[in-house]
Amino acid sequence: MTDSVSTTRGARAGEDATAPVLELRGLRVGFDTDDGRITAVDGVSFAIGNGEALALVGESGCGKSVTALSILRLLPRSARISGGEVRYRGRDLLALDEHAMRAYRGDRIAMIFQEPMTSLNPVMTIGDQVGEPLRIHRDASRAEARKRAVELLDIVQIPDARSRVDDYPHQLSGGMRQRAMIAMALACSPELLIADEPTTALDVTIQAGILELLASLRKSLGLSILLITHNLGIVAEFCERAVVMYTGRIVEDARVDTLFREPKHPYTRGLLASLPRLSSGARRLSTIPGVVPDLRKLPTGCTFNPRCPELMPICPSAVPALMPAGGGSRARCFLYGDATETERGA
Amino acid sequence: MSETLLEVRELRKHFPVRRGLLARTVGAVRAVDGVSFSIAKGETLGLVGESGSGKTTTGRCVLRLVEPSHGEIRFDGADLRALDSESMRRMRRHMQIVFQDPYGSLNPRMRVETLIGEPLEIHEPSMKKVERRVRVASLMERVGLSPDQMRRFPHEFSGGQRQRIGIARALATSPKFLVLDEPVSALDVSVQAQVINLLQDLQRDLGLTYLFIAHDLAVVEHISQRVVVMYLGKIMEEASRDEIYARPQHPYTKSLLSAVPVPEPGAKRSRIQLKGDIPSPAAPPPGCVFQTRCPIAQERCRVEEPLLVDAGEGHRVACHFPG
Repeated sequence: MTDSVSTTRGARAGEDATAPVLELRGLRVGFDTDDGRITAVDGVSFAIGNGEALALVGESGCGKSVTALSILRLLPRSARISGGEVRYRGRDLLALDEHAMRAYRGDRIAMIFQEPMTSLNPVMTIGDQVGEPLRIHRDASRAEARKRAVELLDIVQIPDARSRVDDYPHQLSGGMRQRAMIAMALACSPELLIADEPTTALDVTIQAGILELLASLRKSLGLSILLITHNLGIVAEFCERAVVMYTGRIVEDARVDTLFREPKHPYTRGLLASLPRLSSGARRLSTIPGVVPDLRKLPTGCTFNPRCPELMPICPSAVPALMPAGGGSRARCFLYGDATETERGA
Repeated sequence: MSETLLEVRELRKHFPVRRGLLARTVGAVRAVDGVSFSIAKGETLGLVGESGSGKTTTGRCVLRLVEPSHGEIRFDGADLRALDSESMRRMRRHMQIVFQDPYGSLNPRMRVETLIGEPLEIHEPSMKKVERRVRVASLMERVGLSPDQMRRFPHEFSGGQRQRIGIARALATSPKFLVLDEPVSALDVSVQAQVINLLQDLQRDLGLTYLFIAHDLAVVEHISQRVVVMYLGKIMEEASRDEIYARPQHPYTKSLLSAVPVPEPGAKRSRIQLKGDIPSPAAPPPGCVFQTRCPIAQERCRVEEPLLVDAGEGHRVACHFPG
């Protein structure tokens, strides 16, 4: 793989090259709404190692996307990070001023989104957009940026990159636009790629190509990937480790093979059981009763308790801590011990 | 095979492409291009395809929500395209549709009672208001909603509950046939399973016939007895559920099945990667519409369009080199 513009791998000032690429510690994010403050992310902690692919899984409203946006400090105005740390190679990004933060965003840490059409600028050529991070972060000249843009489009396997570089987003198909967005994310050779539902808007045959591309980039570039998804099939195929979220909290943290073989948390078990599977033969799906609760009206104690088939007397009255649950998994459930967490908002 | 409820023959829908000052027709988007299938009473036919396959347009043409350009639709013995608008309107009570988006398809200013009762107002204008309310309450119970929520607005419900409202509304006139257009794609996994089970219960209890349109092959496999795979406005393959998933004959069906990520880590699989993108339905390729992406395409495929032929027991395949 060629590299015409110099990249800056290795530790920078304030960083520790031996620390994990990313480590979240007790992240809390609140939103101001018309009905008062809600906690969308409540004490989320996890780490991603070199070249690791970690899945952040959950249904709508579980806080997975808010967690991702917090890492890059791209939250909307109504949101506030009220606690915790986001450490990149040991350096707390939440403590940086906006100027220092820019050296990370789009540079060391890049992000791709679900909808490439709305994330790309419709009046800029693909080449200008793919090369833009280099102009901003590497002081590349127009010509250098363009040359590198062609290389990057090649890397993400856009056919005929030399002419595609002058196309506008609307001239590309959905799959090609997502590839262009990946090319843009790779421009500054990031160590960590955050992919928020990167294939949800794509057809299944196109999705397969994008996932294959991401897997090969991970291998060839040693990228670490934080993949945010609701699709458990993608988790199984793409990631080594998964963090399952429910109402803003991590409910299970496990190796992917263990998660699917031996899910520990009743919510994870319910999710896996409710999936229709190809050639499973089962004619009736297992379901989780009820609905995901509104963050403004969360149940007391364990927030899953009104839907839980394993309900115990303690569940509505105390929040379980994330506890070792065997097989290297951790689960936030009293089935695995009696350690409790302080109540939300405390 | 039991009695046929719906039969579609050579259905076509070409949307004109207009350009210039005089809006002259310069071409056509062949959204649906010669599609034939039938559905037996009480059966669920799954219609699968990716964007641009024409599956949604097919569903709407069947109900004449979109007027077909060509073809025949026979429903319960009646030739739908021969009906005048008044007769068609009366027919519609027997054939209803549930849409994908439970947010966009319900009028946000209407209370649930009005939303579910509206089809009755139209089709049974003589029904008294109190009767209608009783009927709405029983429909709500039928789909798993509490009738005391009748005075609420759609935004007060979750996505899954809204989809239940959409289903209750479709059931209001006691139809025989429902077009279900991606009814669970916008829902979370745990809610999706609830709605799928509900649809299956309703079918069993009310003897409904479904045309189930979806892109999710696992969902389609779960709910359908037969499956039709569409690509660029045409049927590529049709077979019973067990047959199509166990022995797909068309290279497109095979690649589609192999592309689905399965929730089993380390599962052995050979993915058939398709090259390129789905061509525009305004300019479909010559010969077989799938030839530009087909891993086994040969010269013949570029010039001669394969016919949909029966390979036995209703397994139909449109490919020169099936198997």
